[in-house]
Amino acid sequence: MSHFIDRRLNSKNKSTVNRQRFMRRYKKQIKHAVSEAVTQRSIQDVTSGESISIPQKDLSEPFFHQGTGGKRGRVHPGNDSFVTGDKIKRPPPQGGAGSGEGEASDQGEGSDDFVFQISKDEYLDLLFEDLALPNLEQKQLDKLIEYKTYRAGFTSDGVPANINIVRSLQNSLLRRTALGAGKKRRINELEQQINELRQVKKPNLILIAELEQEVETLKNRVRHLPFIDTFDLKFNNFVQRPVPSSQAVMFCLMDVSGSMDQATKEMAKRFYVLLYLFLTRSYQHIEVVFIRHHTQAKEVDEQEFFYSQETGGTIVSSALKLMHEIVQERYPENQWNIYAAQASDGDNWADDSPTCRALLEDKLLPWLRYYAYIEITNRPHQSLWREYEKLTQTHPEFAMQHIRSINDIFPVFRELFKKQAA
Amino acid sequence: MKKTKHLPHGPDWDFDLLALYDKEIQRVANIYRLNTYPNQIEVITAEQMMDAYSSVGMPIGYRHWSFGKKFIQTEQTYKRGQMGLAYEIVINSDPCIAYLMEENTLPMQALVIAHACYGHNSFFKNNYLFKTWTDASSIIDYLLFAKQYIEQCEEKYGIDEVEDILDSCHALMNYGVDRYKRPQKISLSEEKRRQQERTDYMQSQVNALWRTIPIKPEKTNPTTERFPNEPQENILYFIEKHAPLLQPWQREIVRIVRKISQYFYPQKQTQVMNEGWATFWHYTLMQHLYDEGKLSDKFMLEVIHNHTNVTLQPPYNASYYSGINPYALGFAMFTDIRRICEHPTAEDKEWFPDIAGSNWLDTLHFAMQNFKDESFIGQYLSPKLIRDFKFFGVIDDDSKNYINVEAIHDESGYQKIRQQLAEQYNLSNIEPNIQVYSVDLNGDRSLKLRYVPHQKIPLGDSTQEVLKHLHRLWGFDVSLEQEQDDGKVHILAKIPPNPTLSDDLN
Repeated sequence: MSHFIDRRLNSKNKSTVNRQRFMRRYKKQIKHAVSEAVTQRSIQDVTSGESISIPQKDLSEPFFHQGTGGKRGRVHPGNDSFVTGDKIKRPPPQGGAGSGEGEASDQGEGSDDFVFQISKDEYLDLLFEDLALPNLEQKQLDKLIEYKTYRAGFTSDGVPANINIVRSLQNSLLRRTALGAGKKRRINELEQQINELRQVKKPNLILIAELEQEVETLKNRVRHLPFIDTFDLKFNNFVQRPVPSSQAVMFCLMDVSGSMDQATKEMAKRFYVLLYLFLTRSYQHIEVVFIRHHTQAKEVDEQEFFYSQETGGTIVSSALKLMHEIVQERYPENQWNIYAAQASDGDNWADDSPTCRALLEDKLLPWLRYYAYIEITNRPHQSLWREYEKLTQTHPEFAMQHIRSINDIFPVFRELFKKQAA
Repeated sequence: MKKTKHLPHGPDWDFDLLALYDKEIQRVANIYRLNTYPNQIEVITAEQMMDAYSSVGMPIGYRHWSFGKKFIQTEQTYKRGQMGLAYEIVINSDPCIAYLMEENTLPMQALVIAHACYGHNSFFKNNYLFKTWTDASSIIDYLLFAKQYIEQCEEKYGIDEVEDILDSCHALMNYGVDRYKRPQKISLSEEKRRQQERTDYMQSQVNALWRTIPIKPEKTNPTTERFPNEPQENILYFIEKHAPLLQPWQREIVRIVRKISQYFYPQKQTQVMNEGWATFWHYTLMQHLYDEGKLSDKFMLEVIHNHTNVTLQPPYNASYYSGINPYALGFAMFTDIRRICEHPTAEDKEWFPDIAGSNWLDTLHFAMQNFKDESFIGQYLSPKLIRDFKFFGVIDDDSKNYINVEAIHDESGYQKIRQQLAEQYNLSNIEPNIQVYSVDLNGDRSLKLRYVPHQKIPLGDSTQEVLKHLHRLWGFDVSLEQEQDDGKVHILAKIPPNPTLSDDLN
């Protein structure tokens, strides 16, 4: 007798663990492929996974098998032209008729790379493993937090606008009942007594008058119980709770003066890509502002930022000023996490460098989460680098690194954002 | 033709329809005396089918990265459309588990039920290799035990440790089977009861083996006997019993891999027969139902269409030729045996005097029960089939610069082709013959393997890598030597490559 089972609703991904084991084992290769891939992407393209390729030879599982050579007999079907004793030229290895080695050949051969897809999440996890948002904990305590008002029960003091009427009247009723009940009972008793005394033929008028006097006093007292008292009042209570802002703005600042060539810009781009990807791990909503500058700064779109040509001298402070204006105008610091990355080849008008430092120190850094400066050059450092170096001492949110070639980018990025020791 | 009502012909199926068809197929299967385990038919999705693929046919697999790799590979080729998934997978167990893909149409499901649940199933239950080497009733329990045991080891000793051992065992998996001795059947309770006992006992034995400090120096005649006395072909078994440094849990893992390898060993040796038998029966059973008038023409056409696809044999010079299709050859052979029994020609009477004209069903069952691919082809491949397939045999000898056509489908070639094709399915010609040769008991404990080439075929290029794995298991020096035709022996590989140096380091 046969028994049918519908397994379709069973959990999928029975192989997930095995897949993870695979990723775990080849992490080194996969990570390498990931860091290669990141350079190929547009800054904001973080919605897709990535295809990873690993050299086949690294993956093979060895086993004893026969090699080529020796004397082998094979039987093949479909003879159309051979007779016994024919001598055939040996076909070149690979392909051709019957180079089969039996079962031994279906593994371990083939020189193609092993290519497979990883999901977006796996991709980002690998990319940002060991990295943490700069100073996140520290900063969450002091600033850049939005407050939201929540109801939090009731209190006994507050402003009249927050009076909770129902609660207050409940208290009032309670108090009046508590204070008045005994007196009312006494009044009832006395009135009954008076009535009884009145029934008698010769009422004791003096006693009655006394009792009535007492009733009157009690009634007076009851009447004077206030309808509402200050300690009846209850107010709605509200508290402010900090909510970490989930939106961030990322400023990309780049020098586009004549000294920056396309290769340097490409390197800078990769750095921005990394930063953007990194931020998407922590924030739901990210805006990117591109500011390019030579002697004047200008806000542009991504295409223009990376690929339009301009020449001229270099005044870095112009970009910083523009950035400051944009922050003031559009990104109030209590709602936005502000990040900035500046790429330059280090050239700057010598007089301008101290201005840059001052601008950063006074006007920008206090409101920024992080400011990363990368210098892409093979030449010795110039005034800008030296001025910025002074900042690193006093401002943990300011970081700078020197990049010489494309290969430096990922390590430098890791260096900038590595998990801060607790 | 009798006017019977057709069964519903789909294409959509539901469980009631499947049960209906199963009942009908079972009824017909009984007519043909197909003796099966009870069936457990599970309907699964394409993704679950890929899961099943990647665990190489084990319904419950322990965890290992190589299965993850297989899954990713399957998924890739499937997504690119390079490969269709099988319509079914069937497990040699009692009850016999068959996986059916939900995408199949009703005719396909019926075909697959006939193929897997009655064809393969009866083969598993009755073929002598399966009866001898596997115990269908306990395999699921054993796999479950293995999975849990390995999980526990991972918790206790860490994933990496366990992975190392498994990697090494997998490299030697083909050398974890007994070929001639009948192993004890394993049952779960037995396994659990004896496991603790075994680990303790084995550890003590191993230690005794290496207690080499001489108590009395006067006992000077050193044992000239080789250890092991006879070369051992089951390398994993030898490791499990004699590797000096393995922990008890590591021995248990070696044992698990060995047992699983043993379980799959019969399947490797019966590809042509097993697929041929199942294909023959899905064809015959469906044809029977059609003749009874139960199946509509439309239904039958789809069945025949799929059957034809499965049994297609491209010629040697087709671009998609990849060797002999076991479905095609097996199906043709069983069909041919039936023909020889029912309508023998003069040639058949000369070649197969004992079966020509006999009861075809008896003959077929006998053939299924008592052969494996190699002997089945050697026994039953008829001249007519050789002609039908236009078989020709070639010899590729690397000492000559051409390939010689040894035999074709003519009178003088039948015997040769039959023999050559049979040898092609002889596992011992395909897998290199490597055995444990000796252990230096009194010296450095080095382990020596010996390779005896078959027709001068050298070993493949991963030999060194496999030896590294063996070295990890054995713990001391490992070497592999080759015995040539003239009896001379030379060393092929050695781990570590320079033993004296490593001794210094140790």
